[in-house]
Amino acid sequence: MTTVITVPPSLDDETFEQVLEQVVAVSPDQKILVDARHTRWASPYGLTGLLTVAQSRAERAAFAGPEEENTASYWARAGFYRHAAELYELHGRVPRAREAQAESNVLLEITEVSRSDDVHTVVERIQSRAQAILVHELNLDPQATMRFAMTLSEVCQNIVEHAGQGGWVAVQTYNYRQRLGRRAVVIAVCDAGLGFRRSLESTPGWKPRDRWDDAAALEDALVRGVSRYRDPGRGQGLAGVRRFVGKWDGKLSIRSGTARIAIVPAWDDAVPLLEGLPHFPGAQVQITIPERVTSG
Amino acid sequence: MTNHIDVGSVLRRTVCDLYSNLVTRPTGAAVRREIEGVLTGLDSPSLTVIDFSQVGLLDFSCADEVVGKLLDGVRRQVIVTDAYVLVRGVRDDHLEAIEAVMQRYDQAVIVETEDGGWHVVGPLDDRMRRTLDVVQSRGRAGPAELASALDAEMVVVTEALDGLVARRLVMRDDDAYVSLQSVM
Repeated sequence: MTTVITVPPSLDDETFEQVLEQVVAVSPDQKILVDARHTRWASPYGLTGLLTVAQSRAERAAFAGPEEENTASYWARAGFYRHAAELYELHGRVPRAREAQAESNVLLEITEVSRSDDVHTVVERIQSRAQAILVHELNLDPQATMRFAMTLSEVCQNIVEHAGQGGWVAVQTYNYRQRLGRRAVVIAVCDAGLGFRRSLESTPGWKPRDRWDDAAALEDALVRGVSRYRDPGRGQGLAGVRRFVGKWDGKLSIRSGTARIAIVPAWDDAVPLLEGLPHFPGAQVQITIPERVTSG
Repeated sequence: MTNHIDVGSVLRRTVCDLYSNLVTRPTGAAVRREIEGVLTGLDSPSLTVIDFSQVGLLDFSCADEVVGKLLDGVRRQVIVTDAYVLVRGVRDDHLEAIEAVMQRYDQAVIVETEDGGWHVVGPLDDRMRRTLDVVQSRGRAGPAELASALDAEMVVVTEALDGLVARRLVMRDDDAYVSLQSVM
């Protein structure tokens, strides 16, 4: 029997939870059909998240894409179908990506990250476009471009070093009207691998504390800079990401297992630490840097 | 003799000739091992300038490998004996990563930044910092001369100089202390 998983009309980091609630109710060895026929919009987090849903299933999942032509075409140009074809049994019409019509707001189309070389590729690709968009469209300082690429490098490396399998990254700008009322650049990095708790538990000599769960693991990694490696230089990547996000009034959220931790700016009302979410493997990271409002 | 290592060239030679960004830990480790290989072949004492001017991005993982671990090995003399290192060609974004790494290792390094000035990057107590400033301004000085310039007791200055030598921030030459930049 195939269970239908309904994708909401608008798919972002919040509404993706609706997908996960349905997915975790079905044993991984049972067939699911991810039904996005009525979806009209998806954030980079939503698109990369859908790929991780397939990655988390033992039985190959089926997928039905958006019926709305513009939406389907956009997903194709963002690189979604290229990866989905390897993971899902695709149903319905699959649009072709036309290279000539590359999206101006896609800084980095969905890109697989499984090895260190992939991180080099991601950084090389983003640098040329980031300067133009971050500085000229989002009014960020030119210095932000390099730090943006550093941030991207660090979050992608988390997949290579901790996930135990590949994941995906995507970077887009869009008009963040609902929450922010201005444009923003959004990085999404998602995998369905080990996740933070299991990664930290693999530290040699690790022993559980009184309170040890996904939320505690996220706090250790993001707030205290704990790494499963003992080297003194480890654990700096996420600290650097936090500094970058803080400096540019951005938002960072990391979901892993049953918890989500967030560095929340004044313009957002997210809960800093959310527990008791449907269990989903791996880590799903979203970074949002808003357009800078210049005075005068 | 001063040795010059162009990190950008090392990166392209050892990892990939298309890369200009120093990102990911395996890349940083490969570059560090190559630099360590060069350092071990030098006569001691040696002064090496590590030049980042041809490096695009430097992320925290690579800063840890190429600066943090390298200098930790130099300071503890596990890789080479009696080696000194200066860093140059560093942009602001490089500096952020290097500063973070130096804090974690509780180490300091002398860095030439974009403005052409030399700066100590990393934790260093105030006495050592002031003593280093005087050594750098004079190029070479003895403890008595430094104590007089700093208006400090000899024992305090000697202690600060011992700390600077242990951190490989000044060279000792007989009874005098020599700034690394003056040797270049």
